[in-house]
Amino acid sequence: MRVKHLLSGACAAAMLAGAAYAERGADGQLNIIYWQAPSTMNPYLSGGTKEVEAASMVVEPLASYDENGNIVPRLVDELPTVDNGGVSADLKSIIWVLKEGILWSDGSPLTAADAVFTWEYCTHPEGGCAQSSYFDGVTSVEAVDDRTIKINFADPKPYPYTALVGAESPIIQKAQFQDCMGAKAPECTDQNFGPIGTGPFVVTEFKANDVISLEANSNYRDANKPAFGSVLFKGGGDAAAAARSVLETSEFDYAWNLQIEPEVLTQMEAQGKGKVVVSFQTSVERLHLNQTNPDPSLGDMRAVYAEGENAHPFLTDPAVGKAMSMAIDRDILVEAGYGKTGQVTCNVLPAPEIYASTANDACKTQDIEGAKAVLDAAGWVPGSDGVREKDGVRLSVLYQTSTNSVRQGTQALVKQMWAEIGIEAELRNIDASVFFGGDPSSPDTFQKFYADVEMYTNNFSGADPEAYMANWRCSEIPTPDTQWQGSNIQRFCNPAYDALVDEMSQTADLNERGRLAKEMNDMLMESYSIIPLVHRGGTSAHANSLGGVKMTDWDSELWNIADWHRIK
Amino acid sequence: MLNYTIRRLMFAIPTLFVISFIIFAILDLSPGDPTGNLPLTIPPDVREKIRESLGLGQPFPIRYLKWCQQFFVNEPLNLIENWTGWTIGDGERLRVTSWSTRSPVVDLIAERMPQTLWVVGMSYVVAILIAIPIGVISAYRQYSLFDQIGTFVSMVGFSVPTFFTGLILIVVFSVNLGWLPSVYDTTHKVTDWSSFWVQVRQMAMPTMVLALATTAQLSRFMRASMLDNLNQDYVRTARAKGLRERSVVLIHVLRNSMIPVVTVIALGVPAIFGGAIITEQIFKVNGLGALLIIGIQGADIPLVQTLTFLFAVLIVFFNLIADLLYGILDPRIRYD
Repeated sequence: MRVKHLLSGACAAAMLAGAAYAERGADGQLNIIYWQAPSTMNPYLSGGTKEVEAASMVVEPLASYDENGNIVPRLVDELPTVDNGGVSADLKSIIWVLKEGILWSDGSPLTAADAVFTWEYCTHPEGGCAQSSYFDGVTSVEAVDDRTIKINFADPKPYPYTALVGAESPIIQKAQFQDCMGAKAPECTDQNFGPIGTGPFVVTEFKANDVISLEANSNYRDANKPAFGSVLFKGGGDAAAAARSVLETSEFDYAWNLQIEPEVLTQMEAQGKGKVVVSFQTSVERLHLNQTNPDPSLGDMRAVYAEGENAHPFLTDPAVGKAMSMAIDRDILVEAGYGKTGQVTCNVLPAPEIYASTANDACKTQDIEGAKAVLDAAGWVPGSDGVREKDGVRLSVLYQTSTNSVRQGTQALVKQMWAEIGIEAELRNIDASVFFGGDPSSPDTFQKFYADVEMYTNNFSGADPEAYMANWRCSEIPTPDTQWQGSNIQRFCNPAYDALVDEMSQTADLNERGRLAKEMNDMLMESYSIIPLVHRGGTSAHANSLGGVKMTDWDSELWNIADWHRIK
Repeated sequence: MLNYTIRRLMFAIPTLFVISFIIFAILDLSPGDPTGNLPLTIPPDVREKIRESLGLGQPFPIRYLKWCQQFFVNEPLNLIENWTGWTIGDGERLRVTSWSTRSPVVDLIAERMPQTLWVVGMSYVVAILIAIPIGVISAYRQYSLFDQIGTFVSMVGFSVPTFFTGLILIVVFSVNLGWLPSVYDTTHKVTDWSSFWVQVRQMAMPTMVLALATTAQLSRFMRASMLDNLNQDYVRTARAKGLRERSVVLIHVLRNSMIPVVTVIALGVPAIFGGAIITEQIFKVNGLGALLIIGIQGADIPLVQTLTFLFAVLIVFFNLIADLLYGILDPRIRYD
C-alpha cells in the first residue's frame, strides 16, 4: 500500500514538473495523417504543399510566419529591418545573423555557407528547383562570416523577406547536398528522402507516398523540445477518412486539409474527441469574367487579347459584371459548400489586414432588384425567353471550373441566381489535372479560358502581396506568343493599374504599400473582371489530447511542431 | 509440351514490346502535366524549368527508346548487381525514375510489394478456401437452404462495391466498436506473437472486404462446374461400382470440376499484383494499387508506364501458366 502511495506521489510530482519543463521525447509518439502523402522530403524538388509541410519538421528557414501572418525569427535572434540596420538604406541588401550554436542533426554547426549553398542549389539552371521564385531578384548570397548572411538584390526590394523565409525555402546542408547540384538533384534519392536539418525531428524511414517515421533531433537547439519522441506521418486515403481517424476513432492526433462537406465535419466534431481548426490566409474562390472573346468561330484568335481589339461582346461592360456580382448570395454559397471554413468576401486581396480594402463590402448582401436595375439602365432588356439582350447580343455565358463536388454545387447555385436577373449560364467542369495542367495544346486549361466565366481559387504565399497584385499587369495576359503562360487570366488591362504596380515596387513604407494594394484591389473590383466569392481557410483537426497547435495558413501548419505536446 | 512452352515464350517477346509501345503512346497522348498539381503560387517559368528537368523537352521516340534502355537493360543489370555484389561497367547508369518522388520506380514498387501481397494475396487465399467448399456443397445440395443462402451471399458480394462494404466495416468495427484499426500501418513489423496479432487485426478488414468479392465469383464458378459434372455418366458408373458417396463427390467429381476453376484462379493472380485500388485507398494500405492511382493523378508517366507494363508481363505469363495447367489437369488436352 505504502509503495503504491509513494509511487503515485512520485508520478504526480513528475507530472507537475512535466507541465512546467517537459523533457524532450517525454510524450511518446505523435501520429499525423496527411491524406495526400508526401513524395519527397526535399521541398525544392516538389513544390507541393504536402512535401513542403512534411519537410518543415526537419529543415528550417531563417524566419517563419505565425498564426496571424506575422513574421517571426527562427534561426536568427532578430529580424533585420531598415531601423536596426539589417536592411540597407537603399533596400538592396539584407543581413541575417544566425543564432549562436545551432547544430545540424548530424552534430555539425550551421553556418552562413549553408545558406549560400541553398541559394546556389535552387538557382542552378538545370536543377528545376520548384521554389526558385523565392530567389527572384537575388544577385548573390554571401557569407560575411560564419554566422552572417548577406543577400544582395538587383533592384531595391521593399519587402526583402522572401529568400530563405517561410517553409518553402528552408536552408539545406551543404555537406549533404553538394554533390546533388543541377541535373544530379533527382539522383540523390537518399538525400532527398532524408535531409539533414536543424528542425525538431529527423527522418528515420521514408516510404514515398506512404509513410514517414521521424524521431526527435538530439541536437535540437532547445534541450527540452520537442515533447514528442517520435512522429508517424501517414499518408493515403481521402479527406473524410483522415477526419474520421482523428475525430471518431482517435487513431491519429492531427489531420490536415479536411475539405469535406461542412455538415459531415460538424457531425464528426460533435463526438467530442477532437477539434476542427481553421486558419484564413489569402485564398479566395473567385469568378473570372473573360475580357476577350472566346467565340469558337474566331479560330486562332479565340480568347486572344490582341491589344483590346478582340473584346468580349458583353463582359467588358462593367454593368453586366456588377449585376452578376450583386445577384450572388455569397452567404448561401458559404453555408452550402464551406461551413466554417469559408467567409464571404468582396475582395480578391482579403488579408493581411493592412492590405484588405473595405470599399466593396456592399457585395456581401444579395440585391436582385438592384442588379436588375443596373442591367435595365445599361440597356439590357429581357428577351422573349427571359434572357436579357441588347442589339442582338444575349446574356448567355459558358461557366467552367474544375471537377470538385463543392465547385459543382456552387456552380448550380450561381446559375440559379443569375437566372433570376435574366442571365443564362451553361455549366461545364474539367478534370483538375487538365484544367490547372497548363498544357498549351489542350483547349481546356484555365489559362486558355475558352469560356466566358471560370471559377477557381488562388492565393499567394507569404504575407506580401506585391508579386500577387502584379499578376494583373497587361504584360501578364496569356497569349499564344507566351505559350498561353501568364497570370492575368481574365485579360484585364489598365495602364493606371500598371502604374500602381510600378509604384508599389518602389515603395518601402508599409502604410503606403497598404494604400497602394487597396487601391489596386478596388480597381480590379470596380472593373468587375473578377468577382470574389468566398475567402477560404485551411482546415485541420487535432485530438483533444494534443496541445500547442497554432494552426496557420501563412506557413507550414507544422511550423511550431516543436512546441506540440500531450495534454495530460 | 516443352516445345509449346518455348514457342509461346518466344511469341510473348514481340507482344510485350508492342504492349509497351502502346502504353507509352497512350500515356504520352493523354492530357495531364506533372506540374499540374502544384500550387498556383508557383509561376509558369518555374514550371517550365521543372518540366525540362524531367526530360519532357525531348521528342517522343527518344523518350520511348530511353525508357526501353532504362527498363530492359539498366534495371536488370542493377538487379544483378544488387543480388551478386558485382559491379558491371562503372556501376553508374540511369534508372527509371519517378517524376514525383525523383527516386527509382523499381524501388518504389519493391517497397510496396509486401503490403499488397499480404493483404490482396491473403484475401485471394481466403476467398479460395471459402469459395470451393461453398461451391461444392451448393451444387451437391442444389436448391437447398444452404444453396439459397450461398446464392444470396454471392449476389451481395457481386453487386455491392468494395468502397461501400469497406466503409460499413469501418463504421461498425472501428468507429462504433473500436475493435479494429481503420488505418493500415505499413511500418509495423511482425516480431513476436503480440505484434503478429496486431498485424492480423489491421489486415482483417481489407482482407475480408476483398475476399467477399472474390468468393462470390469463385463459388459461382465452382457450383456451375460441379453441376455440369454431377450429371455425367461417369458419376453414375462410379456410384454403380459401389464407391462411397464421399469419394464419388470429392475425388471423381471435384477433380474434374476443378479444371475451369483452376484457370479462373490462375488468370486472377496478376490482379493480386495490381493491388486493389479502391480497397487500398479506403484502408490506407498504400500498396501497388494506390501507387498506380497516385501516379496517374500526378501524371507521373515513368511510374505509370513501368507499373502497367509489369502488369502486362504478369498477365501474359499467367495466361501461359493457365494454358499449361489445362494440359496437366486434363490429359486429353495436348499441345504438341
